[in-house]
Amino acid sequence: MTGVAVAAGGVGPLEALAMSVIVFAGASMLAAMQLFAADAPVALMILTALFINLRFMMYSASLRQHLGGLPLRWKLPLAYMLADNPYALCIARYTDHPDDAHKLEFYIGVSLTVWLVWQLAVLAGALAGAGLPASWRLEFAAPLAFIAISVPLLRDRAMVLAALAAGATVVLAHGLPLRLGLALAAVAGIATGLLAEKRKT
Amino acid sequence: MTSFWLAVLGMGVVTFALRASLWVLPERVRLPEWFRRSLRYVPAAVLTAIYAPELLLRQGAIAIAPDNEKLLAGLVACAVAWHFRLTFVTIAAGLVSLHLFAWLL
Repeated sequence: MTGVAVAAGGVGPLEALAMSVIVFAGASMLAAMQLFAADAPVALMILTALFINLRFMMYSASLRQHLGGLPLRWKLPLAYMLADNPYALCIARYTDHPDDAHKLEFYIGVSLTVWLVWQLAVLAGALAGAGLPASWRLEFAAPLAFIAISVPLLRDRAMVLAALAAGATVVLAHGLPLRLGLALAAVAGIATGLLAEKRKT
Repeated sequence: MTSFWLAVLGMGVVTFALRASLWVLPERVRLPEWFRRSLRYVPAAVLTAIYAPELLLRQGAIAIAPDNEKLLAGLVACAVAWHFRLTFVTIAAGLVSLHLFAWLL
């Protein structure tokens, strides 16, 4: 999906693959290609990626509790492979088996598989990209993928309110320049979540 | 094309820095409680803020109306995602309902 979108943004399959290996974060790549096609400044593309990928910071803090005791030469390549799906799978597994002796092996297995499948999919998408008819409206798969990842996270009231506040903010702020709406939405979502949490206790 | 590579490099550095940021801290460092609680809401807030405009905006204007097939298909996808929790099923259901609603409306 991302491969199709990157190729549609006007770069070749090899550039799409290189981007995917270097950045390895689909959501920010989709946003960046929209900006690239609109001739947006480089700094804006990087800043947008920063906000979209802010969630990796949360994953990073969370994995540290399970895989924090490793040497730096292990942590750095492991961090590079960190992505939404492997994170979700690992945390589910670690929560069910807190004393598992093979947490590291599980992480490597899941992450490497996802990384490899992802890169192949990007390449295939970038190669097929131009050939797929626009009438299939495959571009709608991008928001659908975010729905698939985020909706299962909404397990308590504070989390639901945080998501609703962020969604409402970004839509109301759509007139603001430089994708400021995304930054505002992140702040509004976090603040709403914290407030909802406080009210409950 | 130079700007493409600059952007890719910058995005790569920023994204890797975020991924490694808290993981590489030594184990004795404790993160403040408010910070950890705030981080908990980042994925739901950011991911929702990414897809919400795709469903709720049409040609730059807010479109909360029964003839917005993207909104309807998105709501179907949300229900499917909540129930089945499978990425592929959610995407397939969303795309099928998008075409179904576009055809019906």
